[in-house]
Amino acid sequence: MRTVAVVGASLAGLSAARSLRRQGYDGRLVVIGDETHRPYDRPPLSKEFLAGTLGEADLGLEAEGEDLGAEWLLGTRATGLDRASRALRLADGREVRADGVVIATGAAARTLPGSAGLAGVHTLRTLDDARALRAELARGGRLVVIGGGFVGAEVASTAYTLGLDVTVVEAAPTPLAGPLGETMGAVVSGLHADHGVRLLCGVGVKGLGGEKHVDAVLLEDGRSVPADIVVVGVGARPCVEWLEGSGVALDNGVKCGADGRTSLAGVVAVGDCANWYDPRAGAHRRVEHWTGARERPDAAVTALLAGGAVEPGVPRPPYFWSDQYGVKIQFAGHAAGTDSVTVEAGAVDDRDVLAVYRRAGEPVAVLGMNQPRLFMRWRKQLAATS
Amino acid sequence: MIPACRLADLPRGEAFRLDIDPPVSVFHTDDGEVFAIDDTCTHQDASLADGWLEGCEVECPLHASKFDLRTGAVDAPPAKLPVRTHEVVVEDGMIYVRVSTDAPNLPPCIASRLAGGPA
Repeated sequence: MRTVAVVGASLAGLSAARSLRRQGYDGRLVVIGDETHRPYDRPPLSKEFLAGTLGEADLGLEAEGEDLGAEWLLGTRATGLDRASRALRLADGREVRADGVVIATGAAARTLPGSAGLAGVHTLRTLDDARALRAELARGGRLVVIGGGFVGAEVASTAYTLGLDVTVVEAAPTPLAGPLGETMGAVVSGLHADHGVRLLCGVGVKGLGGEKHVDAVLLEDGRSVPADIVVVGVGARPCVEWLEGSGVALDNGVKCGADGRTSLAGVVAVGDCANWYDPRAGAHRRVEHWTGARERPDAAVTALLAGGAVEPGVPRPPYFWSDQYGVKIQFAGHAAGTDSVTVEAGAVDDRDVLAVYRRAGEPVAVLGMNQPRLFMRWRKQLAATS
Repeated sequence: MIPACRLADLPRGEAFRLDIDPPVSVFHTDDGEVFAIDDTCTHQDASLADGWLEGCEVECPLHASKFDLRTGAVDAPPAKLPVRTHEVVVEDGMIYVRVSTDAPNLPPCIASRLAGGPA
Protein backbone atom coordinates (compact mmCIF):
# COMPACT_ATOMS: atom_id res chain seq x y z
CA MET A 1 0.00 0.00 0.00
CA ARG A 2 1.49 3.34 -1.03
CA THR A 3 -1.20 5.81 -0.03
CA VAL A 4 -3.70 5.53 2.79
CA ALA A 5 -6.30 8.24 3.22
CA VAL A 6 -8.05 8.72 6.54
CA VAL A 7 -11.31 10.60 6.05
CA GLY A 8 -12.08 12.30 9.35
CA ALA A 9 -9.69 14.11 11.65
CA SER A 10 -11.24 13.60 15.06
CA LEU A 11 -10.43 10.92 17.64
CA ALA A 12 -11.20 7.92 15.41
CA GLY A 13 -9.27 9.35 12.47
CA LEU A 14 -6.29 10.33 14.59
CA SER A 15 -6.29 6.93 16.31
CA ALA A 16 -6.31 5.24 12.89
CA ALA A 17 -3.40 7.37 11.69
CA ARG A 18 -1.46 6.52 14.85
CA SER A 19 -2.23 2.82 14.45
CA LEU A 20 -1.07 2.87 10.83
CA ARG A 21 2.32 4.22 11.84
CA ARG A 22 2.58 2.02 14.91
CA GLN A 23 1.79 -1.06 12.85
CA GLY A 24 4.60 -0.21 10.46
CA TYR A 25 2.86 1.48 7.56
CA ASP A 26 5.46 3.92 6.18
CA GLY A 27 3.79 5.07 2.96
CA ARG A 28 1.96 8.31 2.19
CA LEU A 29 -0.67 9.14 4.77
CA VAL A 30 -3.34 11.75 4.07
CA VAL A 31 -5.78 12.88 6.75
CA ILE A 32 -8.86 14.77 5.56
CA GLY A 33 -11.02 16.75 7.97
CA ASP A 34 -14.05 18.94 7.34
CA GLU A 35 -13.34 21.15 10.35
CA THR A 36 -10.41 23.54 10.21
CA HIS A 37 -9.14 22.43 13.63
CA ARG A 38 -6.43 19.94 14.46
CA PRO A 39 -7.86 16.83 16.20
CA TYR A 40 -9.48 17.83 19.47
CA ASP A 41 -11.30 16.09 22.29
CA ARG A 42 -15.08 16.41 22.22
CA PRO A 43 -16.21 15.18 25.68
CA PRO A 44 -15.12 18.39 27.47
CA LEU A 45 -17.19 20.53 25.08
CA SER A 46 -20.34 19.98 27.15
CA LYS A 47 -18.48 20.07 30.46
CA GLU A 48 -15.17 21.78 31.36
CA PHE A 49 -14.84 23.70 28.11
CA LEU A 50 -18.41 24.97 28.30
CA ALA A 51 -17.87 25.87 31.95
CA GLY A 52 -14.72 27.80 31.09
CA THR A 53 -12.31 25.73 33.18
CA LEU A 54 -10.62 24.21 30.13
CA GLY A 55 -9.27 26.27 27.25
CA GLU A 56 -9.02 25.43 23.58
CA ALA A 57 -5.33 24.59 23.81
CA ASP A 58 -6.17 21.92 26.40
CA LEU A 59 -8.52 20.16 23.98
CA GLY A 60 -5.82 19.17 21.48
CA LEU A 61 -5.51 15.39 21.16
CA GLU A 62 -1.99 15.35 19.76
CA ALA A 63 0.96 15.22 22.11
CA GLU A 64 3.54 17.97 21.89
CA GLY A 65 5.96 17.25 19.08
CA GLU A 66 3.89 14.32 17.83
CA ASP A 67 4.52 13.92 14.11
CA LEU A 68 2.80 11.15 12.19
CA GLY A 69 4.33 12.20 8.90
CA ALA A 70 0.86 12.84 7.53
CA GLU A 71 -0.52 15.37 5.06
CA TRP A 72 -3.38 17.15 6.77
CA LEU A 73 -6.09 18.43 4.48
CA LEU A 74 -8.25 20.30 6.97
CA GLY A 75 -11.28 22.48 6.39
CA THR A 76 -12.42 20.43 3.42
CA ARG A 77 -15.10 17.78 3.29
CA ALA A 78 -14.96 14.54 1.35
CA THR A 79 -17.88 14.51 -1.07
CA GLY A 80 -17.45 11.17 -2.74
CA LEU A 81 -15.49 7.97 -3.17
CA ASP A 82 -14.91 6.60 -6.65
CA ARG A 83 -14.78 2.87 -6.41
CA ALA A 84 -13.00 2.20 -9.72
CA SER A 85 -10.12 4.64 -9.31
CA ARG A 86 -10.21 4.48 -5.50
CA ALA A 87 -10.21 8.26 -5.45
CA LEU A 88 -11.72 10.58 -2.87
CA ARG A 89 -13.39 13.72 -4.11
CA LEU A 90 -13.12 16.75 -1.86
CA ALA A 91 -15.46 19.72 -1.55
CA ASP A 92 -12.74 22.08 -2.74
CA GLY A 93 -12.37 20.17 -5.99
CA ARG A 94 -9.25 18.26 -5.10
CA GLU A 95 -8.97 14.52 -5.55
CA VAL A 96 -6.95 12.10 -3.44
CA ARG A 97 -6.12 8.69 -4.85
CA ALA A 98 -5.50 6.06 -2.21
CA ASP A 99 -4.89 2.31 -2.05
CA GLY A 100 -6.40 2.16 1.41
CA VAL A 101 -9.19 4.26 2.90
CA VAL A 102 -10.22 4.67 6.54
CA ILE A 103 -13.68 6.20 6.87
CA ALA A 104 -13.95 8.15 10.13
CA THR A 105 -16.43 10.89 9.29
CA GLY A 106 -18.27 10.65 12.58
CA ALA A 107 -21.78 11.82 13.27
CA ALA A 108 -23.62 15.12 13.22
CA ALA A 109 -26.04 16.49 15.77
CA ARG A 110 -29.69 16.00 14.87
CA THR A 111 -31.61 19.23 14.67
CA LEU A 112 -35.22 20.16 15.31
CA PRO A 113 -37.27 20.66 12.15
CA GLY A 114 -38.19 24.29 11.76
CA SER A 115 -35.50 25.63 14.07
CA ALA A 116 -33.17 26.87 11.33
CA GLY A 117 -32.62 30.59 11.33
CA LEU A 118 -33.94 31.15 14.83
CA ALA A 119 -31.29 32.81 17.00
CA GLY A 120 -30.57 31.33 20.41
CA VAL A 121 -31.05 27.72 19.29
CA HIS A 122 -27.98 25.51 19.53
CA THR A 123 -26.75 22.01 18.97
CA LEU A 124 -23.49 20.83 20.50
CA ARG A 125 -21.10 18.64 18.59
CA THR A 126 -18.14 20.69 17.40
CA LEU A 127 -15.73 23.17 18.89
CA ASP A 128 -17.44 25.94 16.94
CA ASP A 129 -20.80 24.87 18.41
CA ALA A 130 -19.30 24.95 21.89
CA ARG A 131 -17.74 28.39 21.40
CA ALA A 132 -21.09 29.80 20.31
CA LEU A 133 -23.00 28.19 23.16
CA ARG A 134 -20.40 29.18 25.74
CA ALA A 135 -20.64 32.82 24.68
CA GLU A 136 -24.41 32.72 24.96
CA LEU A 137 -24.50 30.93 28.33
CA ALA A 138 -22.17 33.60 29.70
CA ARG A 139 -24.96 36.14 29.22
CA GLY A 140 -27.23 34.11 31.50
CA GLY A 141 -30.97 33.70 31.27
CA ARG A 142 -33.37 30.79 30.92
CA LEU A 143 -32.06 27.71 29.21
CA VAL A 144 -34.28 24.94 27.92
CA VAL A 145 -32.53 21.72 26.95
CA ILE A 146 -34.48 19.52 24.55
CA GLY A 147 -33.46 15.92 25.17
CA GLY A 148 -32.46 14.38 28.50
CA GLY A 149 -29.68 12.20 27.09
CA PHE A 150 -26.06 12.55 28.06
CA VAL A 151 -25.22 15.65 26.04
CA GLY A 152 -28.40 17.38 27.19
CA ALA A 153 -27.85 16.40 30.82
CA GLU A 154 -24.25 17.58 30.77
CA VAL A 155 -25.19 20.92 29.24
CA ALA A 156 -27.93 21.30 31.87
CA SER A 157 -25.44 20.51 34.62
CA THR A 158 -22.86 22.98 33.30
CA ALA A 159 -25.45 25.71 32.82
CA TYR A 160 -26.72 25.11 36.36
CA THR A 161 -23.15 25.61 37.62
CA LEU A 162 -22.97 28.85 35.65
CA GLY A 163 -26.10 30.06 37.42
CA LEU A 164 -28.67 29.78 34.65
CA ASP A 165 -32.29 28.84 35.15
CA VAL A 166 -32.49 25.41 33.50
CA THR A 167 -35.32 23.19 32.26
CA VAL A 168 -34.81 19.81 30.58
CA VAL A 169 -37.54 18.41 28.32
CA GLU A 170 -37.49 14.71 27.51
CA ALA A 171 -39.97 12.94 25.23
CA ALA A 172 -39.55 9.53 26.88
CA PRO A 173 -41.09 8.79 30.29
CA THR A 174 -37.59 8.18 31.72
CA PRO A 175 -34.43 9.84 30.45
CA LEU A 176 -31.45 7.57 29.67
CA ALA A 177 -33.67 4.48 29.76
CA GLY A 178 -32.10 3.31 26.50
CA PRO A 179 -28.47 3.20 27.60
CA LEU A 180 -29.03 2.65 31.36
CA GLY A 181 -32.41 0.91 31.63
CA GLU A 182 -35.52 2.35 33.33
CA THR A 183 -34.41 1.95 36.93
CA MET A 184 -30.96 3.47 36.74
CA GLY A 185 -32.03 5.97 34.07
CA ALA A 186 -34.41 7.37 36.67
CA VAL A 187 -31.66 7.42 39.31
CA VAL A 188 -29.13 9.24 37.13
CA SER A 189 -31.66 11.73 35.75
CA GLY A 190 -32.73 12.32 39.36
CA LEU A 191 -29.60 14.47 39.58
CA HIS A 192 -31.51 17.26 37.85
CA ALA A 193 -34.18 17.48 40.54
CA ASP A 194 -31.53 17.14 43.25
CA HIS A 195 -30.18 20.47 42.05
CA GLY A 196 -33.44 22.25 41.38
CA VAL A 197 -33.27 21.80 37.63
CA ARG A 198 -36.74 21.18 36.20
CA LEU A 199 -37.14 17.94 34.30
CA LEU A 200 -40.27 17.50 32.17
CA CYS A 201 -40.62 13.91 30.97
CA GLY A 202 -42.98 12.08 28.67
CA VAL A 203 -43.81 15.12 26.65
CA GLY A 204 -42.68 15.89 23.13
CA VAL A 205 -41.75 19.24 21.66
CA LYS A 206 -44.18 20.69 19.15
CA GLY A 207 -42.08 23.63 18.09
CA LEU A 208 -40.23 26.74 19.10
CA GLY A 209 -41.68 30.15 19.79
CA GLY A 210 -40.16 33.47 18.72
CA GLU A 211 -39.74 35.60 15.62
CA LYS A 212 -36.02 36.19 15.14
CA HIS A 213 -34.83 34.95 18.52
CA VAL A 214 -36.28 31.96 20.32
CA ASP A 215 -38.48 32.90 23.27
CA ALA A 216 -40.19 29.62 24.18
CA VAL A 217 -40.30 25.89 23.71
CA LEU A 218 -43.82 24.75 22.84
CA LEU A 219 -44.77 21.33 24.16
CA GLU A 220 -47.19 18.87 22.64
CA ASP A 221 -49.44 19.03 25.70
CA GLY A 222 -50.00 22.72 25.06
CA ARG A 223 -47.57 24.08 27.61
CA SER A 224 -45.09 26.75 26.67
CA VAL A 225 -41.73 26.93 28.47
CA PRO A 226 -40.11 30.38 28.29
CA ALA A 227 -36.57 30.28 26.95
CA ASP A 228 -33.75 32.66 26.13
CA ILE A 229 -31.45 29.86 24.98
CA VAL A 230 -32.40 26.43 23.64
CA VAL A 231 -30.04 23.49 23.28
CA VAL A 232 -31.26 20.64 21.09
CA GLY A 233 -29.70 17.39 22.30
CA VAL A 234 -31.66 14.76 20.43
CA GLY A 235 -28.91 12.47 19.25
CA ALA A 236 -26.68 12.25 16.23
CA ARG A 237 -26.82 10.76 12.76
CA PRO A 238 -23.83 9.16 11.06
CA CYS A 239 -22.17 11.32 8.39
CA VAL A 240 -22.19 8.89 5.47
CA GLU A 241 -24.30 10.62 2.79
CA TRP A 242 -21.11 11.29 0.85
CA LEU A 243 -20.67 7.52 0.37
CA GLU A 244 -24.00 6.95 -1.33
CA GLY A 245 -23.44 5.29 -4.70
CA SER A 246 -19.81 4.49 -3.87
CA GLY A 247 -20.40 0.78 -3.41
CA VAL A 248 -19.69 0.99 0.33
CA ALA A 249 -22.71 -0.69 1.92
CA LEU A 250 -24.61 1.63 4.24
CA ASP A 251 -27.01 0.61 6.99
CA ASN A 252 -27.28 2.92 9.99
CA GLY A 253 -23.83 4.24 9.07
CA VAL A 254 -21.18 2.23 7.27
CA LYS A 255 -21.95 -1.46 7.55
CA CYS A 256 -18.83 -3.22 8.81
CA GLY A 257 -17.60 -6.62 9.82
CA ALA A 258 -16.26 -7.34 13.29
CA ASP A 259 -12.92 -5.81 12.29
CA GLY A 260 -14.17 -2.65 10.63
CA ARG A 261 -13.93 -3.92 7.05
CA THR A 262 -16.61 -2.57 4.73
CA SER A 263 -18.17 -4.13 1.64
CA LEU A 264 -15.31 -2.66 -0.45
CA ALA A 265 -11.84 -4.20 -0.25
CA GLY A 266 -9.26 -1.75 1.05
CA VAL A 267 -11.86 0.37 2.82
CA VAL A 268 -12.48 0.22 6.57
CA ALA A 269 -14.66 2.40 8.80
CA VAL A 270 -14.23 3.44 12.43
CA GLY A 271 -15.80 5.67 15.06
CA ASP A 272 -19.33 7.05 15.27
CA CYS A 273 -20.09 6.53 11.57
CA ALA A 274 -19.25 2.81 11.64
CA ASN A 275 -21.81 0.11 12.34
CA TRP A 276 -19.63 -2.84 13.36
CA TYR A 277 -20.80 -6.39 13.63
CA ASP A 278 -20.71 -7.47 17.26
CA PRO A 279 -20.15 -11.24 17.39
CA ARG A 280 -21.34 -11.40 20.99
CA ALA A 281 -24.67 -9.81 20.17
CA GLY A 282 -24.93 -11.54 16.80
CA ALA A 283 -25.95 -8.19 15.34
CA HIS A 284 -24.55 -4.93 14.07
CA ARG A 285 -24.12 -2.20 16.65
CA ARG A 286 -23.13 1.36 15.95
CA VAL A 287 -21.34 2.63 19.05
CA GLU A 288 -20.97 6.38 19.54
CA HIS A 289 -18.56 6.25 22.47
CA TRP A 290 -15.22 7.94 22.82
CA THR A 291 -13.63 4.67 23.91
CA GLY A 292 -14.77 2.90 20.74
CA ALA A 293 -13.33 5.67 18.59
CA ARG A 294 -10.07 5.37 20.46
CA GLU A 295 -9.70 1.57 20.55
CA ARG A 296 -11.34 0.13 17.45
CA PRO A 297 -9.21 1.81 14.78
CA ASP A 298 -6.32 -0.40 15.81
CA ALA A 299 -8.23 -3.54 14.79
CA ALA A 300 -9.49 -1.90 11.60
CA VAL A 301 -5.98 -0.84 10.62
CA THR A 302 -4.70 -4.37 11.22
CA ALA A 303 -7.40 -5.68 8.88
CA LEU A 304 -6.67 -2.97 6.31
CA LEU A 305 -2.93 -3.62 6.23
CA ALA A 306 -3.39 -7.40 6.18
CA GLY A 307 -5.95 -7.23 3.40
CA GLY A 308 -8.47 -8.96 5.60
CA ALA A 309 -6.60 -12.10 6.52
CA VAL A 310 -6.85 -11.63 10.27
CA GLU A 311 -9.16 -13.20 12.81
CA PRO A 312 -11.05 -10.34 14.43
CA GLY A 313 -10.94 -10.28 18.21
CA VAL A 314 -14.02 -10.05 20.39
CA PRO A 315 -14.66 -6.39 21.15
CA ARG A 316 -14.44 -5.19 24.71
CA PRO A 317 -17.74 -4.20 26.32
CA PRO A 318 -18.54 -0.64 25.31
CA TYR A 319 -17.60 1.90 27.96
CA PHE A 320 -18.61 5.52 28.41
CA TRP A 321 -18.61 8.12 31.11
CA SER A 322 -20.41 11.31 31.94
CA ASP A 323 -19.90 14.05 34.50
CA GLN A 324 -23.01 15.72 35.86
CA TYR A 325 -23.45 17.96 38.91
CA GLY A 326 -20.07 16.84 40.24
CA VAL A 327 -20.98 13.15 40.00
CA LYS A 328 -18.80 10.84 37.92
CA ILE A 329 -21.03 8.46 35.99
CA GLN A 330 -19.48 5.43 34.31
CA PHE A 331 -21.14 2.63 32.37
CA ALA A 332 -19.83 -0.49 30.64
CA GLY A 333 -21.62 -3.27 28.80
CA HIS A 334 -25.14 -3.45 27.38
CA ALA A 335 -28.20 -2.72 29.53
CA ALA A 336 -30.68 -3.92 26.90
CA GLY A 337 -32.26 -7.27 27.68
CA THR A 338 -31.00 -7.50 31.25
CA ASP A 339 -33.34 -9.01 33.80
CA SER A 340 -31.97 -7.62 37.05
CA VAL A 341 -30.08 -4.66 38.46
CA THR A 342 -28.57 -4.95 41.90
CA VAL A 343 -26.77 -2.39 44.01
CA GLU A 344 -23.39 -3.86 44.97
CA ALA A 345 -22.04 -0.84 46.85
CA GLY A 346 -23.26 2.53 48.05
CA ALA A 347 -26.85 3.66 47.77
CA VAL A 348 -28.87 5.15 44.93
CA ASP A 349 -30.25 7.91 47.15
CA ASP A 350 -26.72 9.10 47.87
CA ARG A 351 -25.89 9.18 44.13
CA ASP A 352 -22.91 7.13 45.18
CA VAL A 353 -23.56 3.68 43.90
CA LEU A 354 -22.25 0.71 41.98
CA ALA A 355 -24.97 -1.29 40.22
CA VAL A 356 -24.55 -4.51 38.29
CA TYR A 357 -26.88 -5.60 35.48
CA ARG A 358 -27.37 -9.31 35.00
CA ARG A 359 -28.94 -11.55 32.39
CA ALA A 360 -29.75 -15.08 33.54
CA GLY A 361 -27.53 -14.49 36.54
CA GLU A 362 -24.49 -13.39 34.53
CA PRO A 363 -23.14 -9.82 34.89
CA VAL A 364 -23.43 -8.05 31.52
CA ALA A 365 -23.20 -4.39 32.44
CA VAL A 366 -22.11 -2.17 35.29
CA LEU A 367 -22.96 1.40 36.29
CA GLY A 368 -20.96 3.52 38.70
CA MET A 369 -21.80 6.87 40.25
CA ASN A 370 -18.75 8.26 42.06
CA GLN A 371 -17.30 4.76 42.30
CA PRO A 372 -14.28 4.86 39.96
CA ARG A 373 -12.28 2.29 41.87
CA LEU A 374 -14.92 -0.41 42.12
CA PHE A 375 -16.22 0.36 38.66
CA MET A 376 -12.79 -0.20 37.16
CA ARG A 377 -12.60 -3.63 38.73
CA TRP A 378 -16.06 -4.62 37.50
CA ARG A 379 -15.32 -3.32 34.02
CA LYS A 380 -12.17 -5.44 33.82
CA GLN A 381 -14.11 -8.45 35.03
CA LEU A 382 -16.80 -7.91 32.40
CA ALA A 383 -14.15 -7.73 29.69
CA ALA A 384 -12.57 -10.93 30.92
CA THR A 385 -15.74 -12.98 31.22
CA SER A 386 -18.03 -11.77 28.48
CA MET B 1 11.21 11.58 53.21
CA ILE B 2 7.58 11.01 53.97
CA PRO B 3 6.44 7.74 55.52
CA ALA B 4 3.63 6.15 53.48
CA CYS B 5 2.62 2.81 54.95
CA ARG B 6 4.09 -0.49 56.03
CA LEU B 7 5.08 -2.78 53.17
CA ALA B 8 3.24 -5.63 54.91
CA ASP B 9 0.02 -3.56 54.80
CA LEU B 10 0.22 -3.05 51.03
CA PRO B 11 -0.49 -6.33 49.22
CA ARG B 12 0.88 -6.91 45.75
CA GLY B 13 -1.39 -5.44 43.08
CA GLU B 14 -2.59 -2.72 45.44
CA ALA B 15 -1.99 1.00 45.76
CA PHE B 16 -1.80 3.39 48.69
CA ARG B 17 -2.67 7.06 48.31
CA LEU B 18 -0.60 9.49 50.32
CA ASP B 19 -2.81 12.51 51.01
CA ILE B 20 -0.25 15.23 50.56
CA ASP B 21 -0.66 18.12 48.13
CA PRO B 22 -0.62 17.08 45.36
CA PRO B 23 -1.35 13.48 46.40
CA VAL B 24 1.12 10.70 45.65
CA SER B 25 0.36 7.02 45.05
CA VAL B 26 2.52 4.10 46.05
CA PHE B 27 2.07 0.94 43.98
CA HIS B 28 3.14 -2.56 44.95
CA THR B 29 3.41 -4.54 41.71
CA ASP B 30 2.72 -8.24 41.28
CA ASP B 31 6.48 -8.71 40.91
CA GLY B 32 7.03 -7.20 44.34
CA GLU B 33 8.44 -3.86 43.25
CA VAL B 34 7.29 -0.60 44.85
CA PHE B 35 6.88 2.63 42.87
CA ALA B 36 5.57 6.08 43.68
CA ILE B 37 4.04 8.51 41.19
CA ASP B 38 1.74 11.51 41.38
CA ASP B 39 -1.74 10.20 42.11
CA THR B 40 -3.62 12.61 39.83
CA CYS B 41 -3.92 11.70 36.17
CA THR B 42 -2.36 14.40 33.97
CA HIS B 43 -5.41 14.36 31.69
CA GLN B 44 -8.27 15.00 34.11
CA ASP B 45 -8.95 14.84 37.81
CA ALA B 46 -8.81 11.12 38.61
CA SER B 47 -6.95 9.15 41.25
CA LEU B 48 -4.51 6.68 39.73
CA ALA B 49 -4.58 4.72 42.99
CA ASP B 50 -8.13 3.80 41.92
CA GLY B 51 -6.78 2.59 38.60
CA TRP B 52 -5.85 -0.81 37.23
CA LEU B 53 -2.35 -2.07 37.91
CA GLU B 54 -0.86 -4.47 35.40
CA GLY B 55 2.85 -5.18 35.38
CA CYS B 56 4.61 -1.84 35.68
CA GLU B 57 1.71 0.08 34.21
CA VAL B 58 -1.33 1.75 35.72
CA GLU B 59 -4.51 2.49 33.79
CA CYS B 60 -6.50 5.56 34.80
CA PRO B 61 -9.97 4.56 36.08
CA LEU B 62 -11.76 7.24 34.05
CA HIS B 63 -10.44 7.46 30.50
CA ALA B 64 -7.96 4.59 30.30
CA SER B 65 -4.75 6.59 29.93
CA LYS B 66 -1.81 4.39 30.89
CA PHE B 67 1.37 5.41 32.68
CA ASP B 68 4.64 3.57 33.16
CA LEU B 69 5.30 3.43 36.89
CA ARG B 70 9.07 3.33 36.35
CA THR B 71 9.34 6.48 34.24
CA GLY B 72 5.95 8.15 34.51
CA ALA B 73 5.71 8.10 30.70
CA VAL B 74 2.35 7.98 28.93
CA ASP B 75 1.85 4.52 27.43
CA ALA B 76 -1.68 5.18 26.17
CA PRO B 77 -3.65 8.42 25.53
CA PRO B 78 -5.71 10.56 26.15
CA ALA B 79 -3.07 11.81 28.63
CA LYS B 80 -0.35 13.78 26.87
CA LEU B 81 2.02 14.56 29.73
CA PRO B 82 3.90 12.13 32.00
CA VAL B 83 3.22 11.86 35.71
CA ARG B 84 6.05 12.71 38.12
CA THR B 85 7.84 9.78 39.65
CA HIS B 86 9.16 9.79 43.20
CA GLU B 87 11.97 7.91 44.87
CA VAL B 88 10.86 5.06 47.13
CA VAL B 89 12.86 3.78 50.09
CA VAL B 90 11.84 0.74 52.13
CA GLU B 91 13.43 0.70 55.57
CA ASP B 92 12.57 -1.63 58.43
CA GLY B 93 9.41 -2.69 56.61
CA MET B 94 8.25 0.90 56.18
CA ILE B 95 7.74 2.54 52.77
CA TYR B 96 9.04 6.10 52.50
CA VAL B 97 8.63 8.48 49.59
CA ARG B 98 11.12 11.20 48.66
CA VAL B 99 8.89 13.63 46.79
CA SER B 100 10.31 14.94 43.55
CA THR B 101 11.21 18.61 43.38
CA ASP B 102 10.13 18.78 39.74
CA ALA B 103 6.95 20.64 38.89
CA PRO B 104 3.97 18.27 38.73
CA ASN B 105 1.95 17.87 35.51
CA LEU B 106 -1.49 18.42 36.97
CA PRO B 107 -4.56 18.35 34.70
CA PRO B 108 -5.76 21.78 33.48
CA CYS B 109 -8.84 21.84 35.75
CA ILE B 110 -6.72 21.34 38.89
CA ALA B 111 -3.92 23.61 37.72
CA SER B 112 -6.38 26.45 37.14
CA ARG B 113 -7.93 25.87 40.58
CA LEU B 114 -4.50 26.06 42.23
CA ALA B 115 -3.73 29.22 40.28
CA GLY B 116 -6.87 30.82 41.69
CA GLY B 117 -8.84 30.60 38.47
CA PRO B 118 -12.38 29.29 38.18
CA ALA B 119 -12.73 25.90 39.78
